[in-house]
Amino acid sequence: MNSVLSNPQQTSDSDGPHTQAGAPILRITALRKSYGTHEVLRGIDLTVLRGEVVAIIGKSGSGKSTLLRCINGLEVFQEGSLIVDGKHLLYDNAKAMRDLRQGVGMIFQGFNLFPHLSVGRNVMLAPQLVKKRQAGLNEERARQLLARVGLAEKFDAMPDKLSGGQQQRVAIARALAMDPAIMLCDEITSALDPELVGEVLRVVESLADEGMTLLMVTHEMSFARKVADRVIFMHQGLVHEIGPPAEIFGHPQTPELRQFLSSLRD
Amino acid sequence: MPDFTLWDIFRNLLMAARWTVALSLVAFIGGSVVGLALLVLRLSGGPLVGRLVGAYVQLFQGTPLLMQLFLLYFGMAMLGVNTSAWIAACVALTLYASAYLTEIWRGCVAAIPRGQWEASASLALSFGQQFRHIILPQALRLAVAPTVGFLVQVVKGTALASVIGFVELTKAGGMIANVTYEPMLVYSCVALMYFALCFPISLYARVLERKLQ
Repeated sequence: MNSVLSNPQQTSDSDGPHTQAGAPILRITALRKSYGTHEVLRGIDLTVLRGEVVAIIGKSGSGKSTLLRCINGLEVFQEGSLIVDGKHLLYDNAKAMRDLRQGVGMIFQGFNLFPHLSVGRNVMLAPQLVKKRQAGLNEERARQLLARVGLAEKFDAMPDKLSGGQQQRVAIARALAMDPAIMLCDEITSALDPELVGEVLRVVESLADEGMTLLMVTHEMSFARKVADRVIFMHQGLVHEIGPPAEIFGHPQTPELRQFLSSLRD
Repeated sequence: MPDFTLWDIFRNLLMAARWTVALSLVAFIGGSVVGLALLVLRLSGGPLVGRLVGAYVQLFQGTPLLMQLFLLYFGMAMLGVNTSAWIAACVALTLYASAYLTEIWRGCVAAIPRGQWEASASLALSFGQQFRHIILPQALRLAVAPTVGFLVQVVKGTALASVIGFVELTKAGGMIANVTYEPMLVYSCVALMYFALCFPISLYARVLERKLQ
């Protein structure tokens, strides 16, 4: 497949160890976060390699979404450290924060498209403002990415004229336009009607096939099983079990995971 | 003593009404600029700045405009600032309008879903870019109707500037009533003129509200 994701920095083998597939791209160490006295994340250690697809599963309230939102600084954590693509997360440095966020794409459960801008403008806004991408180039790239998610003809449409599945695919194109090194997907199909889930998951799967590093919180177990390299089961603010999907789903080691998996089958 | 025809009364009131319009415009435009600055401060500053702006709003919303006018007019004189009734009225009404407008607009910004802030932050936009390109255009749509509605309050509020001797519509009405001994007639004309100013604005606010929903 001729990939529009390809970024010469990422595919070239001659680059340093940071950009090679298999090098760590995200390193979380002893991360703790609490809301007041309630501790949501109780010491998370996690390393994700470039090109890896990691699914995070667990009950609601287990901290999985919070963990994801810590990675691009939408949530503030109190202890521990977080490095993405060689950049430390520093809350008190707005510039460092924006630098880090340029490398981290995020897709939300509620799409969060900008309702006052057309689909094309949604995709072009951040590259224009943040990357100062030249207008012609920016539009060409946006059209390419919209075609990539199957919405080439929607360039001039307003978001509220699209179905949920289409909106979510625009959101994916919008995130890709910033050339992120890693993509965070926060329950991106949970707000969709069942018949629209497939079209979004197919796009995500193709991203995985093209070597994008993906970290996704999901309730779609069969999808996680099929696409993920590793699955993380979170329980009470900790990484409770971690392993390849065949192990996690086929041979759960802990009673908590067994209980969680059996609760899904009911 | 000369006789005043109805036209004389009306003409003199119209001349004075120009000052009511001028004062309303100054207060509204000045209040908008200061109000917007306060809004940005409130959104971008820390909790301390937010509380200070909140206190400013409470101060102006919790005291009568009449007192604000008195305090400003006499206070400035006491501080040795040589001020006219026009300047004092402009400053007082600007501050008054800024407090209300910043609060109205804060509500409009708060009505924008959190996801809009989060999505734009995730795309590495700075606070200024988020505000200018994402939040403001959406909040503006919500703000138009209540803002235009508040303009009516400002127009009526200018009547209080008469107490510090600024000759606008109300003050002129009082003066004319004193010389014509026709208070009912004169004040009816005054009321009519306020209505002629305010009613189209309210009507416009309602049209805008329907159009932007």
